[in-house]
Amino acid sequence: MSKSMWRLPIAALVLIASLAGAQTLRFGLAEDADILDPTLARTFVGRIVFAALCDKLFDIDEKLDIVPQLATSYQWSADSKALTLKLRQGVTFHDGEKFDAAAVKFNIERHKNMPGSNRRGELAPVSSVDVIDAATVRLNLSAPFAPLLAQLADRAGMMVSPKAAQAEGDKFGAKPVCSGPFRFVERVAQDRIVLERYPNYWNKADIHFDRIVYLPIPDATVRLANLKSGQLDFIERVGTSDVPALKTDSRFKISRITEIGYQGITINVGKSELAQKNPLGRDPRVREAFELALDRDGIVQVAMDGEADIGNQWVAPTNPFYAKNVPVPKRDVAKAKALLQAAGVTNPSFTLMTPTTSDAQKIAQVVQSMVKEAGFDVKIQSTEFATSLNMADKGDFEAYVLAWSGRADPDGNIFSFAGCKQPLDYAGYCSKEVDDLLNRSRTTLDPAERRKTYEQIAAILLKDRPDIYLFHRHWLWAYTNKLSGLRTIPDGLVRVQGLKMN
Amino acid sequence: MLNYLLQRLATIVPTLFFVSILIFGLQQLLPGDPAMILAGEERDPTVIAHLHQKLHLDEPLPVRYLYWAGGVLKGDLGESVRIQKPVLELIVEKLPVTLELALLAILIALAIGITAGVVSAVARDTAWDYAANIFALWGLSTPNFWLGIMLILLFSVTLGWLPASGYVSPFEDLKANLAAMIMPAFVLGNAIAAVLMRHTRSAMLQVLSSDYVRTARAKGLDERVVVLKHALRNALTPVITLGALEFGTLLSGAVLTEQVFTIPGFGKLIVDAVFNRDYAVVQGVVLCTATAYITLNLLADLAYFLVNPRLRDSA
Repeated sequence: MSKSMWRLPIAALVLIASLAGAQTLRFGLAEDADILDPTLARTFVGRIVFAALCDKLFDIDEKLDIVPQLATSYQWSADSKALTLKLRQGVTFHDGEKFDAAAVKFNIERHKNMPGSNRRGELAPVSSVDVIDAATVRLNLSAPFAPLLAQLADRAGMMVSPKAAQAEGDKFGAKPVCSGPFRFVERVAQDRIVLERYPNYWNKADIHFDRIVYLPIPDATVRLANLKSGQLDFIERVGTSDVPALKTDSRFKISRITEIGYQGITINVGKSELAQKNPLGRDPRVREAFELALDRDGIVQVAMDGEADIGNQWVAPTNPFYAKNVPVPKRDVAKAKALLQAAGVTNPSFTLMTPTTSDAQKIAQVVQSMVKEAGFDVKIQSTEFATSLNMADKGDFEAYVLAWSGRADPDGNIFSFAGCKQPLDYAGYCSKEVDDLLNRSRTTLDPAERRKTYEQIAAILLKDRPDIYLFHRHWLWAYTNKLSGLRTIPDGLVRVQGLKMN
Repeated sequence: MLNYLLQRLATIVPTLFFVSILIFGLQQLLPGDPAMILAGEERDPTVIAHLHQKLHLDEPLPVRYLYWAGGVLKGDLGESVRIQKPVLELIVEKLPVTLELALLAILIALAIGITAGVVSAVARDTAWDYAANIFALWGLSTPNFWLGIMLILLFSVTLGWLPASGYVSPFEDLKANLAAMIMPAFVLGNAIAAVLMRHTRSAMLQVLSSDYVRTARAKGLDERVVVLKHALRNALTPVITLGALEFGTLLSGAVLTEQVFTIPGFGKLIVDAVFNRDYAVVQGVVLCTATAYITLNLLADLAYFLVNPRLRDSA
């Protein structure tokens, strides 16, 4: 075996040991990231790494408000069909190339046109990009599109070096060149991703680490063991059952924030003929009875150790777009029984498909025992995730426990799920009225107007119940008490700006 | 000897051919459209269509097999769709890690297994024998992942002696490498030590009761020479076979151990690839493992020649 072969898996630990401890942030991830190319990327965990690597046109803050990053300001045209952006001056990519309007045009076009791009749908209404001058760019839209700013505050707004992207093509993700606070050093799949401070970062005063090493450690117990033994400074997605012990350990701090995503149950109401074959898919009264038989607080306590906020919509009750006209219903077993009586099925039976993750399994078991009291006979079918997804897509299910990681704009949590024949409409739900309202929510830029539209959508959707939303998990982070400056932003991504080791 | 070697080598080619068909065929039995999972959360239909085209998913099975087998013959195992890295590069990166783990594990297993086996055979029906048997039973019945977590909690969290997980190349820092590998290698070797111990014991008991051992003793040879030189050497033949077979098992056993200790080796590579439906990686890794298994069996057969002179003469 040649020596060079052995060199490849260079140890993160050695690397860490060779550097001054306080200047390296050792970050434990719950899984390995996918390709580090903002155009092709598709995982949540990849976005955690991007938060240090690739700046975006905008960012979101703790209240989900859009704040400037590479774009300093924006202006909608009178007809809301053009968005003009003023760009930050003096920004360079990690290869020294200048960030300007031409780079923005290149990136938006790359997101839209690259084969296999996962950003195409997010930027679908953008028809063309005009470079006004070096610091001004205009995005022309085919129709007004309210979620655009939020898209530009995520991967669709990430800017990569045009020169590097052109040179590397679809291999760009192996050596990404962006303009974020840290630049790419190396990656060993399933072992580590190493970034180092970019000295010419436009906001370098806010960066206090020389390096960040991301170490994917899927097992929550082992991740925590690494934190406790001092090999990691920070871990994401702490196991909910580990929280009480961590709270009493003064060496560590815990932070939590309610996610922008949700956990719920999707019901096949029209995806396949199975929908008509079982009372749950066939009769909205049975679905109402099912929801009334659920005690969301109980589910959160038992399945999540209390580390989640209950909810009944695609956004959490604290979200500005939460429809207050449809509050979380209280458990009412008597009413549930009466509804089942009226529907003529006192003991409806159906199969609840669930991925094999422990959270999903626990939810299924709690739900099963809760709704039994109202007369439901639920059979749990645990299915490996990729397989369950395929079965959901084919309509080969009656009900499905499904989680969504969430998007900053409410549109990202509902359009693709409730829109007729949209890619994530596993329920097979189709309503002309809802489709019209969903489209209106996209073309209305005024937040107050949008809120009203979402109230109308909620009033219909939460009565038809193609999805029953249960709760919004907490993002749980644990870290050494020497670390300060952590911001809790509901998208669950760790902003490295301001993070400091004392 | 040369003839025998050539004969054995000739059987490897058709075996590998069938293995490749089996690997490819079994892979297709995995439920779920790989494009669905690879397209990420959004599952944009245009992305799914692009992946279908890129991975030839719409082609008939035999055509897809030919695409893959053709590539393999040219030394191209394809590319990981998830992280867009050539599979061969991934294998070259991960294989040394798992080989080191397996090697350390088998060394630990042999050291513990053979020693315990000899001791319990020589000291049959004594406290030593019972202790070795209890140890073997414990090793066989302890789940890897549980033992792994327990060791991490004891040696990393409580005592702080060893790193909880991760990997360090021996060429970077040998001490750190051994510190990181000792727990996983012990966990992996532990169960095999038990198997080896049981086999060494029974083989030793049989040999110790044979005529030539009695003759050796009658000649007045030192008991140590009788046991170690005369008896153990003969008793080792089945143990070597088993060791070689277990080495193959180790490669697969490493799957769980690598998960627990987050060692970036072959096992983690294949588990992640299966869950992400990264077909090219799964096929490449399984093909490599199968080749390693076949080669090890060949090496084991050759090792008989070295320890057993009668085979050498008859061949």
